[in-house]
Amino acid sequence: MLEIVKLGHVYGTGPTAHQAIADINLEVAQGELVSLVGPSGCGKSTLLRCVAGLIQPTEGEVRLDGTPISGVPDNLAVVFQDYSRSLYPWLSVRDNVALPLSRKGAGRAEAREASERALGEVGLAGAGEKYPWQLSGGMQQRVSIARALAYTPSLLLLDEPFGALDAQTREDLEDLVLRLRTEHTMTILLITHDIDESVYVGDRVVVLGRNPGHIVADLPVVLEGPREQISTRATPEFVALRAQVAQLVREQINS
Amino acid sequence: MSTSTATRPAAPAEDGDPAGGGSPGGAARVGRAVLAVLSRSWLVVLVLVAWEAVTVAVDDHFFPPPSQIAVRMYELWFSGPASSAFLTQEALDHFVPGIGRLLLGWALAAVVGVVLGVALGRSELLHDLLDPLLQFFRAIPPPALLPVFLILFSIGPRMQLATIVFGIIWPILLNTMDGARSVDRLHLDTARVFGLSAPRRLVRIILPSAAPKIFAGLRISLAMALILMVISELVGATNGIGYLMQTAQFGFDYQAVWGAVIVLGVLGNVLNLLFTLVERQVLGWQHGARQLNS
Amino acid sequence: MNRRLVRGACGVAGFLVLAEVASRTGLVDPDHIPPVSTVLLRAVQLAADVEFLGHVGTTLTAWALGLAVAIAVAVPLGLLIGSLPWVDKATQPLVEFLRPIPSVALIPLAIMLLPDTLQMKTSVIVYASMWPILINTVYALRDVDPVAKETLRSFGFNPFAVLWRVSLPSAAPFIATGVRVAAATALVLTVSAEIIAGRGGGIGFYTMLVRSGGINTDLLLGAIVWAGVIGILINFLLVRMERRVFRWHSARAEVGA
Repeated sequence: MLEIVKLGHVYGTGPTAHQAIADINLEVAQGELVSLVGPSGCGKSTLLRCVAGLIQPTEGEVRLDGTPISGVPDNLAVVFQDYSRSLYPWLSVRDNVALPLSRKGAGRAEAREASERALGEVGLAGAGEKYPWQLSGGMQQRVSIARALAYTPSLLLLDEPFGALDAQTREDLEDLVLRLRTEHTMTILLITHDIDESVYVGDRVVVLGRNPGHIVADLPVVLEGPREQISTRATPEFVALRAQVAQLVREQINS
Repeated sequence: MSTSTATRPAAPAEDGDPAGGGSPGGAARVGRAVLAVLSRSWLVVLVLVAWEAVTVAVDDHFFPPPSQIAVRMYELWFSGPASSAFLTQEALDHFVPGIGRLLLGWALAAVVGVVLGVALGRSELLHDLLDPLLQFFRAIPPPALLPVFLILFSIGPRMQLATIVFGIIWPILLNTMDGARSVDRLHLDTARVFGLSAPRRLVRIILPSAAPKIFAGLRISLAMALILMVISELVGATNGIGYLMQTAQFGFDYQAVWGAVIVLGVLGNVLNLLFTLVERQVLGWQHGARQLNS
Repeated sequence: MNRRLVRGACGVAGFLVLAEVASRTGLVDPDHIPPVSTVLLRAVQLAADVEFLGHVGTTLTAWALGLAVAIAVAVPLGLLIGSLPWVDKATQPLVEFLRPIPSVALIPLAIMLLPDTLQMKTSVIVYASMWPILINTVYALRDVDPVAKETLRSFGFNPFAVLWRVSLPSAAPFIATGVRVAAATALVLTVSAEIIAGRGGGIGFYTMLVRSGGINTDLLLGAIVWAGVIGILINFLLVRMERRVFRWHSARAEVGA
């Protein structure tokens, strides 16, 4: 379970200080998938960096399973938007996935096996020998997801993971995330600026406002049946919720 | 594949064929290969012939024809027994120690330069403190230090090593520093998120990421090391190719002087070639990544 | 930026103090490596020494002449190679063989063939410093945007006009970088030639002269300080010039990034 308590962060000091986020309170239950959506400048990436332990927040704290986060917790994985920079071009796809596993005490053979398994799960069985730059953007992001999966995190952060991909690929990967969460027990935080995506994938949609970044609304997503790209998006519940979120985001941009 | 058609000059007629399409006739393929070799080598042949012709016509002691130089090189250095790779005793006595010093000096400079470069590149404070000094040291033309090392170590291998190492370390050090400083922040963030330990971050992330710049520095240094090897042998040595060249000049053996220049030219080319091979092996990923991105 | 300047000054000061202390306390032999203060004093004295200034002038004259000839030879040659594929093909093996030849190896040869010292120096400087200019010119021409060339050609301009109006301007910044690299190489070769020739003056000649006068490392290091300063100044001036002349280029690169 992830708890964010009175979280705030200020960059710099003195007259140039900039309050990026303020007074953020959020609880995410074990196994839940929460979408964070908001306009640019709402402090999404600052929030992500605080949760990931990459920066120490100036106010409040983040607790993972009861322990306050200081430094990067070892049961957390991140899929970054910029896959071409997040994957290492000098390592093969398999080595990219296997690289972090040494921290979990995995031997060479074990790491290799785990990375092959994870690559299979994201539909890239047999691509292990290739280099990331030999793959399409969507496939590279699949490698990033495989790397996170192989790491078996209890908290997975997705930082605008599909923002740089074309629409068709994005839908495929949204469904991949939905499938993977049923097969693994992970708490997932999805940061996105795509309103459709936040509703389609999330159990809850949290809308962020800006100057400084704060929570505007926390809406449960109640949709009947398994999610499916065409039919789910056509249901009245989806359409209504999507409109509500869009309205809230629009208000934030205009305010 | 009949050899009779290989030299048939009809091949160019087929040149209109788009390359790589299907299977052109054997004769055409051979003809095209011959043409390709010719289009690359005619100037080399022309230069050699002109050199020979002019030097024979001028008949100047200082300007021996290449054929005579080749004969002299063979007599002096390459007519040894097969057991020592056809090198004569003189060649062994002078080629080997010089090249040894060159490689040793380069290796020393590489190790020290990369280690210091990474340390300075990853520490903002150290970088800011030492950057002006390092830029100054790099700006000194390395041969100018030769007389200093002559005083400190007198004539001999220690002076030559010092000249080489001190002269070539700066490009390696500064390039490594630059490479280690400009590691993509997302590369490092990713490594931190996945909990890579500091030593593993160094070996798996920072060094590979800085490798293209490190190799660029190593290449510059290798060329400079060869220059410093030669000049230190010309001025303060008792063996080496540069020393051979010097003694040949004093003995009015101008064919041998030219021969030594050619040996050094071949050495420069061999080192360059070996370096390129290693670089291609190590930086293969970079080449591929860049080609696809452009 | 300011903090970096302060830190750099601290680094230089720290180095000077450490070197001074090492020599004064006998940690290193002060006869061989004199205290920094002595070296700097000698450097200042040298700046007022007419004889030394004459040597500096000799070095800079040969350097400038050699570099100018190298530019005059390498740029047109590079344009020729870069625009005619058949010349490119034929010269490639020749260039690939000649470039890695250690240029100082040619100095004894040049001494033998050219009795005039300035000619001798200039010829080896030209040989060594033309490669970076030539290679950069050829590569830059290969990288010229084909759309830019075709645009002009579609307006009916002939190949020479295209070369003059599109290829050369867009290659110019890279050629300038080649010239900057060549300038450093030329200085190395000038000093080398002076050391090996043992005649005709110049900074390299001066250091050998001082050395033959016994152990006076202080004077030697004082001269080397100036060699370093000259190296830095040359680089600084060329970078400044590139920035001024090719403002459009760096501006465009920043926008594109």
